[in-house]
Parts: sequence; structure tokens; C-alpha cells
Amino acid sequence: MNNIVRIGNAQGFWGDSPGAAARLAQQQPDLDYLTLDYLAELSLSIMAIQREKDPSMGYARDFVEVVRSLTPLWKKGSQLKIVTNAGGLNPLACAQACQRLLQQERLPQIRIGVVSGDDLLSLMKTNPQNHSFENLETHESLIAIQEKLVTANAYLGAKPIVQALSMGAHIVITGRTADPSLTVAPCAAHFNWSLDDDYDRLAGATIAGHLIECGTQVTGGISTDWLQMPDPAHLGFPIVEVDANGDCVITKPLNTGGKVTINTVKEQLLYEVGDPDHYLSPDATVSFLSLTLKEVGENRIHISGAKGNPPPPSYKVSATYRDGFKAEAYLAIFGVDAQTKARRCGEIILQRVREAGYDLQRTIIECLGAGAIAPGVVSSAPSMECVLRIAAADSRQEALDCFAKEIAPMVTSGPQGVSGYSSGRPHIRPVFGYWPCLVARDQISPIVQILEASR
Amino acid sequence: MTFSIVPLRTIAYARSGDKGDSANIGVIAYNAAGYAFLREYLSADKVNAYFKPLGVTSTIRYELANLEALNFVLNHVLAGGGSRSLRTDSQGKALGQAILEMPIEIEDSILKQARRSY
Repeated sequence: MNNIVRIGNAQGFWGDSPGAAARLAQQQPDLDYLTLDYLAELSLSIMAIQREKDPSMGYARDFVEVVRSLTPLWKKGSQLKIVTNAGGLNPLACAQACQRLLQQERLPQIRIGVVSGDDLLSLMKTNPQNHSFENLETHESLIAIQEKLVTANAYLGAKPIVQALSMGAHIVITGRTADPSLTVAPCAAHFNWSLDDDYDRLAGATIAGHLIECGTQVTGGISTDWLQMPDPAHLGFPIVEVDANGDCVITKPLNTGGKVTINTVKEQLLYEVGDPDHYLSPDATVSFLSLTLKEVGENRIHISGAKGNPPPPSYKVSATYRDGFKAEAYLAIFGVDAQTKARRCGEIILQRVREAGYDLQRTIIECLGAGAIAPGVVSSAPSMECVLRIAAADSRQEALDCFAKEIAPMVTSGPQGVSGYSSGRPHIRPVFGYWPCLVARDQISPIVQILEASR
Repeated sequence: MTFSIVPLRTIAYARSGDKGDSANIGVIAYNAAGYAFLREYLSADKVNAYFKPLGVTSTIRYELANLEALNFVLNHVLAGGGSRSLRTDSQGKALGQAILEMPIEIEDSILKQARRSY
């Protein structure tokens, strides 16, 4: 057994660089695992719409192309394994699509494991009175939105992935899984950790997973020092070298852009974190307060000392529900008093919609370039140019149709210097509300299966 | 004693992101002197007041002495968050840059030590 396991991340979110996986695998041939994260809080609601149109969909189709891009490596004998939540709402369909591809490519030896059992939609729809399904933020009862639920998925942990790996899977495809668990599972499988006992080690691997789960965010992306990053067009994707204690070195391949420094690592450690003494994951409750960071080489930061305790007795659930529609439009205004003109344009649009009979339920007028991003907090100096951004939300689609048709008339009835309408009439999009809640562990039974190649 | 008023970014860097309708901002000092100052100076109340125009309802502060960092959780600061918020920055990505513009009043001798030196 190697004394370290090398795990890279080549996808921080659905829409990240499609060529990153093959690139990272080529740059770092000794990589043991690649993790790819496709699921933000609302991604599954987009997949639900795709599945409504076609029941064989509902997963990140981009992942099949990632598998295709890796086939030359496997043909050369690479042992690289993949762990991903690309399965979304339909992990089995995702796995079958990958299997078809691997057979066409004559790679039947690449086995695919599928993890499901995270989907709680029917359980929640039939038990809306269950207290654990109350909204964690607002404490509202699920009954309020029960009819409008679109997706409901528990964040599963590392255990079923470990099981799939131990059954010989080279590619493990899951639905909703806690992001760090995609990294914890290969560590636990490699070092044979107990998922019911080795909490400090699991905590260390959870930290490693947390650091790489957003791809280039730890190698210079969105860093405070972004403008100083070398070769920013080619930021390296991150790699963790995890040891048998769960400590790790985070790094990136040689000859890639960006940096891995104490600063980039501290920033990403704090990304989307609440109480740093009780970071909750399905594998462990982790404390960041005992971590030690040490630079041990160029672009190499050693992280040790994570403390773990048993995970919470419930799984976190991310549910989404239909919440009406929204649309947004932009107009560029150039000239003296640009900001005043932009705001007036916005007010006129809303007035015309009102006069057409629709009092829009929620609206916003932003004068971009004039302190609109953090209004009242950080101001900007007056400028000769300003972008009007106007957005509206309403439960009535026809109200937003009316709104969308009132943007273009400003091109001839608005101020001199109005431009930027080339993107055309705004699209009306569905709004999905986010419903975080909990589910007792004993209500969930993760299912693990291995697809057998048909020869 | 003489004092200066400088933006927070002179002595710290930051990262922000969303958690539903709430956001967190990690504020990280460039060195121990900066952390000692911020631990005293940058209270949850001060941060809450600074972001009041965005509708924050309460702010919780966590200390990470080992990282020389403070983590702030700003409740209900995102006008609905995720896909519901109509704001350009519906996910709080800009809040890190916003807090780094906060003017801080700092004694010159401390500023000299706390300032970024690399």
C-alpha cells in the first residue's frame, strides 16, 4: 500500500472547464483519483427540468464527455479512478451512458459503480408534517410548499462510495453526496479506515476534500491576490496528497498557472463555512481550530491536526420547489448624468408594466458601475457610463411577458446614448426556492451497484 | 499616539460565499499583529452595522486564532439567496471585496506591524 493517496479535482461546479480532467491526468500521471463535483444547491432543479422533457436525462451529460476524454489514458493502462456526483437525479442513467461509451471504446474492464438512495422526494411529499422537514432557515413547515416540491435529496457520505470502490469500481457515480465525501471515500478505501471510528483521520480527509472541491478556487481563482497570479489563463487544478493519518499536502501540477500558498489555502478553508469548530459533514464533525499549515515547498502546503467527532445524527437535505418566474434585462447608458438616466429608464419600464395591469411582485433596479453591487456599503465615483440592470419576479408568467416586452421600447424612447440591447428580449426563467432540512439517518438506505459490462 | 484611517485590506484579505440566504466572510490577517488588532477591533456588531444596508438581520463571529482569521456569518444578507434573490450578487461573492473597503482606525505603531510586508 502506498503511504500517500493522490487525489485531484478537475471540476468545481457544473460548467467548469470541460478539458480539465484530461489535462490534469496528463500533467500528473501518478494521480490515483480524480474527483468531479457537479452539484451546487440548485443544480438538481435544472436536472429535474431536463428529466421532465426526457426521462433518460437528469444528470450532468458533460461527464460522459469527460469519460470520453480519459479513454486514451485508460487504453495506455492508466489506473486512474474517478469519483463524481455527476449522476445528479439519475445516477443509473448517467452510468449507463458512460458504460455504452466505454464499450464502444473497447474498455469493458473499466467498471462503473453507482450510488443512489439519496432521493427523498416521495418520502417528503407523503410526510410533509414531519418536523425534520421544516425549513432549517425559516422554520416553516413543509406543508407550505409540499405541492411545489421539485427535488429533495440527502447529502450522503463516503460509506457507499467506499463500498463501490471495494467492489472494484473504477468510476463511481453518485447523486447528491456531500462534496468532501468524494475525497474522503478514496482515502478511507485506500487506507482501510473505519468510517465509524477513525474520526480524526476522516476529519483530515474532509479538510482535504473541502479544499479541492471548488477546483481552482484554492490555486489562485477568486483569491484576493488574483491580479498577481502568474499565468492566470492556465490555473492548475488542485491535488491533495493524503497520508495514512489524514494529514495532507495540497499542491498543483508543475508548469501550471496560479499559486498554492498559505494565503490561498486559508481563503479556501473559510469558503462557505459556518462554525469552524463544528463543520458538519456526513462522515465527521470537524474542527478547523487545531489545524496547522506549513509551507513545505513551492506551491506545497502541508495541513495537519484536524480533529474529528462523530457526524450529526441526521443527514442534511437540499430540496427545491417551484417559486414562480423571473426575468432580467440590461441597457447600457452613456453620457452626462448616466446614473440618473439609467434609474429613470428602469422606473419608466416598471411604470409601463403597471399601467398594462401588472403590479410585479418583486423588482430591482441596479445601476451597475455606480455602486450597485453592495449598495449603501461601498460607493463608486460618478461615471459617464452606467449599465441599467432591471429584474423582476412574479408568480404569473404573463406579467413577466409584459415586462420583457417593455425593455426594447427604451431604445428609441430613452435617453441619448442608450445601447447594449443586442442580446434581445430577456428570457423568462423559472425560479426555484431552496429548502434546506434534515432527515434521520435510519430513513435513508444508500444503494450501491456495479454495472457489469456485457461482452 | 497617532492614528490613521485605512481600508481593512491594508492589513487583511478575505473570502466570501453563500449559505442559503446567509453568507459568510472570512477575514484573514496578514500577520499576528494584525490578528491581535482585528480580534479587538472588528466586532460582530461593527460588521453587522457595516452591512446593514443589505438587510442583514444578525451577525455571528467565530475566531480562528490558528489561522489568524475571523469568520463572520451574516444572516439573511442575500435578499433570498440562490435563484430567488434578484440581486446581481445573489450569492455573496462580492462581500469579501466589500468588507476589505471598510475604513479602520488604527494606531500608527500597530499599523506599521500589521501591514502586509510581502
